[in-house]
Amino acid sequence: MTASPAAAKQGPMIELKALNKWYGEFHVLKNIDFICERGQKIVVCGPSGSGKSTMIRCINRLEEHQKGTLMVDGIELTNDLKNIEAIRREVGMVFQHFNLFPHLTVLENLTLAPIWVRKVPKKEAEETAMHFLKRVRIPEQANKYPGQLSGGQQQRVAIARSLCMKPKIMLFDEPTSALDPEMVKEVLDTMVELAREGMTMICVTHEMGFAKAVADRVVFMDKGEIVEANEPEAFFGNPQNERTKLFLSQILNH
Amino acid sequence: MANANAAAMDAAGGIGESKLMAWVRANLFSSWANTALTLVVFYVVAKAVFFFGSWGIFNAVWIGTSAECRAAKGVGACWALFPEKWRFILFATYPFDEQWRPALSSAIFIGLYFFSAMRANWNLRLPIAWIAGLGTISVLMWGGVLGLSFVPQERWGGLVLTLILSTFGLALAFPLAILLALGRRSHMPVIKSMCVVYIELIRGVPLISLLFMASVMFPLFLPEGVSIDKLLRAQIAIIMFAGAYLAEVVRGGLQALPKGQYEAADALGLSYWQATMMIVLPQALRLVIPPMVNTFIGLFKDTSLVLIIGLLDILNAAKVAVADPQWRGFGPEAYFGVSLIYFVFCFAMSKYSQRIEVELNRNKHR
Ligand SMILES: Nc1ncnc2c1ncn2[C@@H]1O[C@H](COP(=O)(O)OP(=O)(O)OP(=O)(O)O)[C@@H](O)[C@H]1O
Ligand SMILES: [Mg+2]
Repeated sequence: MTASPAAAKQGPMIELKALNKWYGEFHVLKNIDFICERGQKIVVCGPSGSGKSTMIRCINRLEEHQKGTLMVDGIELTNDLKNIEAIRREVGMVFQHFNLFPHLTVLENLTLAPIWVRKVPKKEAEETAMHFLKRVRIPEQANKYPGQLSGGQQQRVAIARSLCMKPKIMLFDEPTSALDPEMVKEVLDTMVELAREGMTMICVTHEMGFAKAVADRVVFMDKGEIVEANEPEAFFGNPQNERTKLFLSQILNH
Repeated sequence: MANANAAAMDAAGGIGESKLMAWVRANLFSSWANTALTLVVFYVVAKAVFFFGSWGIFNAVWIGTSAECRAAKGVGACWALFPEKWRFILFATYPFDEQWRPALSSAIFIGLYFFSAMRANWNLRLPIAWIAGLGTISVLMWGGVLGLSFVPQERWGGLVLTLILSTFGLALAFPLAILLALGRRSHMPVIKSMCVVYIELIRGVPLISLLFMASVMFPLFLPEGVSIDKLLRAQIAIIMFAGAYLAEVVRGGLQALPKGQYEAADALGLSYWQATMMIVLPQALRLVIPPMVNTFIGLFKDTSLVLIIGLLDILNAAKVAVADPQWRGFGPEAYFGVSLIYFVFCFAMSKYSQRIEVELNRNKHR
């Protein structure tokens, strides 16, 4: 084992083992086993209410699991605040409804966490922010407020906001489903670019085109269980489970 | 409505006076019911204006003795009360020859309000101005240094007392309220239940009884020989009371904030206090400016309840002024004068809050 901190850690980036979660009586996640290797892009799909959001929100502790283990980048997620903080620094998240801070400008949205959490000097944080705004192609909006942007632009700001924290993993929870159809592409393009650069990504989405283009694996969830997981060609070309077949026929036929 | 308006405009030709006529016809006399209502309102307003004109202006005694006032009683107001009593109303029992000191202190308070109202000063200048201002006020009010004679707190009164009680009351109740509101939403059961008990207990009793308890019961808790002054006890009671009320207002703002804001802050790794100070409070407090100012205004006026423990704020000074046998019976005039002062302060607060609300929300929507 090397002592150098710069050395890449070994083992999977994210590992869920026999993960269980209940909302009161309701068993939302049932014995979830899930592995995401470094650099892997995984698309999660499934019917509404199947527990997709709940699962990825467990990864950065927006939701708490009750049974099983969850490791992120070699750190086990427990009630220990130190571990939670450490994991949140590695994991970026993009929400369906953007959740930008409406009282701050775009630039302030992007620099807030780097300055206060990563303790980056303000000037450096602003340079990083402008760099990522250029990458999502809206540097000219830096001094506007989120409310003055279109939905697609807001979502790209939200992606840039996460990237400014230099995360190792990006979680996306239906990032395009609150957008008007003409804005979906600009957000997906940004995500494809990010995937090409080697980011580890877990993405809940029903954009099957995106899944075919970038996913290494597609995971299908139903009723709190992972029903089927496979490479995209096999998953779409030759689904095994009846529930997967039904789901695919529903979303591909309209 | 718009149609009637336009039609009336056309018919009237639409220039100068006729435009006004058209507006009057369209808005005040458009139907029988409307006409009747207009007439009733006109009658009541005219009657009130007429009464106030004859009582308050034409038949009023502006300058004169209390005997002249008594002669006009029932017919005209006795404004002659004020040239005689204004110093007592404004400064109460503060030594007569030293009353420039509370006068200057009140002016400094008002100056500080104006200074704080300007957004350009919302930086380090603000605390510096307040420390300097309050320091000067303390020196002026107490004296004992710089050749000023010492004046004990028991002799403070009038406008400056009202301003002291409400300024410190609001300034200290506000952070207390924020802590209580956050505590009430805390996941830690002990903190949560402590805040709930405090808020419900304090909110559930009248301020008068709190003031009374503060003046009678605080001393019982204190060790032998230690005494806190009556003014300070009243001030503490007011802060505790206002804190409980404001806490519920602040909590309303916290609840109105979308859950996604908390989640985004968590996901970015902000700590509880970072998220609270930079994301949650700035938004939550903006949402509750109107009810907050409402509470502020109510509290400003409630400071007059300190009469129960014998403090002479401006309202009670006026009350004492008309207890003078010479001027007995001229309460309405005295209260009218003091109400005017209260109104100026409350109206200024209300107007200012409207302006700040517009300014702060300007960026929020497209
Ligand atoms: N806070 C909560 N309390 C109780 N039940 C909840 C809570 N949040 C989610 N659930 C339930 O858990 C189940 C899974 O929810 P989840 O949001 O993970 O589904 P999803 O797969 O993301 O669905 P969608 O596609 O609609 O977003 C749903 O049945 C939902 O009603
Ligand atoms: Mg979901």
